[in-house]
Amino acid sequence: MKSLINATLSIIVVCALLWFAASKLEASGSAGGEGVLTIYNWGEYIDPELIDQFEEQTGITVIYETFDSNEAMLTKVKQGGSAYDIAVPSEYAIETMIEEDLLIEIDHSKLTNLQNIDPYFLDLAFDPKNKYSIPYFWGTVGVVFNPNEIPEHLTFDTWEHLWDPALKNKVFLVDGSREVMGMGLNSLGYSLNSRDEQELREATDHLKELNGNVKAIIGDEITPLMVNNEATVALTFSGQAADMMWENEDLDFAVPSEGSNLWFDNMVIPKTSSNIDGAHAFINFMLDAEVAAQNADYVGYSTPNEAAMALLDEEVISDERFYPPIDMRDNLEVYENLGLEFLGTYNELFLEFKMSLN
Amino acid sequence: MKIKSKASLIPYIIWIALFVIAPIGLIAYYSLLDLNGDFTFANYQNFFTSAYLTMTLTSFWYAFLITFFTLLIAYPTAYFLTKTKHKHLWLMLIIIPSWINLLLKTYAFIGIFGLYGPINAFLEVFGFDPTQILFTDFSFVFVAVYVFIPFMILPIFNSLDKMNPSLIYASRDLGASAWTTFRRVIFPLTIDGVKSGIQVTFIPALSLFMITRLIAGNKVITLGTAIEQQFLVAQNWGMGSTIAVFLILIMFASMLFTRTSKKGGRV
Repeated sequence: MKSLINATLSIIVVCALLWFAASKLEASGSAGGEGVLTIYNWGEYIDPELIDQFEEQTGITVIYETFDSNEAMLTKVKQGGSAYDIAVPSEYAIETMIEEDLLIEIDHSKLTNLQNIDPYFLDLAFDPKNKYSIPYFWGTVGVVFNPNEIPEHLTFDTWEHLWDPALKNKVFLVDGSREVMGMGLNSLGYSLNSRDEQELREATDHLKELNGNVKAIIGDEITPLMVNNEATVALTFSGQAADMMWENEDLDFAVPSEGSNLWFDNMVIPKTSSNIDGAHAFINFMLDAEVAAQNADYVGYSTPNEAAMALLDEEVISDERFYPPIDMRDNLEVYENLGLEFLGTYNELFLEFKMSLN
Repeated sequence: MKIKSKASLIPYIIWIALFVIAPIGLIAYYSLLDLNGDFTFANYQNFFTSAYLTMTLTSFWYAFLITFFTLLIAYPTAYFLTKTKHKHLWLMLIIIPSWINLLLKTYAFIGIFGLYGPINAFLEVFGFDPTQILFTDFSFVFVAVYVFIPFMILPIFNSLDKMNPSLIYASRDLGASAWTTFRRVIFPLTIDGVKSGIQVTFIPALSLFMITRLIAGNKVITLGTAIEQQFLVAQNWGMGSTIAVFLILIMFASMLFTRTSKKGGRV
């Protein structure tokens, strides 16, 4: 009988321990408070030196965590228990976060460096008057390719070039339903935010014709493959392409003329923040011209900071592939928050496309 | 006595209720919810009318291929292992790689199979043009088989090792050929080991998902991939749970199918 009680007790102890561990884990960064700032950002998306610099300047200790998709970030912030003071979601995720009341309004009077930002990137549809978010980086989706390995006429000024028979088994796609479905819709001249069943159907069928050309649909692993010349053509984000081209000078990048995605990653302060002053201090710090220039130089994405651009190499900012001028941006579309229902539809169709490959 | 034996079940019942029944119950419950958290059977309808049925079949087919080739390699290996002098040392050497993180091994294969990797360098010596081995059905099955081999060898080795060798001598003495001895004596006596080997290979192979992306470039879609997508991207927990319910049913069926014989127990 004694051993029985022991066994029962040990189960209860195990449960209690698991419970305790879970609550400990969920509360990651909950050590928040005055002297601590918890930042939740994409991987490889900040120059670590800048964090040291910020800590030195303000005496705040930074806890830095990373995520790899807006959805993962959203889920974690939504579930609570976390204490992030800063997060860096993309525009459609910000829309969702505003709708779900997950963000704190930003006090613009504390952001003396806000004037550095190019007005083009302020007051956008997903967050009018920038009540909740401040621009961090921006970019596009396009095709990175190795001109030495493909016929000369393929310049990717049109999406149709991806369908060219010369690219048999050469095309790599990013593993994202919005990006790939968006490409399919754009290639037919439709909006990448389409909510029209007929258009979505046509786009999926068109994508299926890519069958022989698609080599693989993968994520960040595409960078080393392109750098080592193992892959020749890839649908990817502009900043990732910049990264690849930094390491492999043979590569080129193009945004097809039918249109593509224009995206913005902005800094926000989640409701869970326990150091709102520190969060403002951090945003203002990142808006500083020199800091933003150093960060853009390190990360490789395009900065919305006009003052910082003046400090960057002329060669970098005049590169229309990564800093497309305003009239070229008109051709690009920003992702709208489709709502869960259509997000599901996009995913089902993307899955259908993937399954048709072989 | 009777009361005591019933009472002795209590810890097990608590354990099973908390860690087996409750999670499965939760999955079943979530599978009946739609995006707004309302009760619905739509997820099940969707499963039967959409791409998911094809996906179930493909998952099945690949899991079958993986199990088949794993068995084909693991059985002879286990057999010859039992014949070696330091069999436990050799077994240990085969098991050790399974301690290495699966993701790490998978990434290693990206390098090995690459256009400029060792395999293509080797083929080039014989005058073959380098080909992209990555992102093909072959590479997917190869890596999955590699991953599962140690798990298949272990139970087969154990059952071969426990087999009484005099049974083989008797069979040979009585005039059976080596093949007949294998077919009529050795294999039937080790069938339980084979069955547990199949269980530990087939069931995880059904829900592989990291390898499908890294090695097969998402051209092989398994139920595991679909579940991951539903939970992480589409945020449709209901549909994800519904696929999981079917995965559990398939696993249950394959457990029944490879059930070890009760009579006589393990040999």
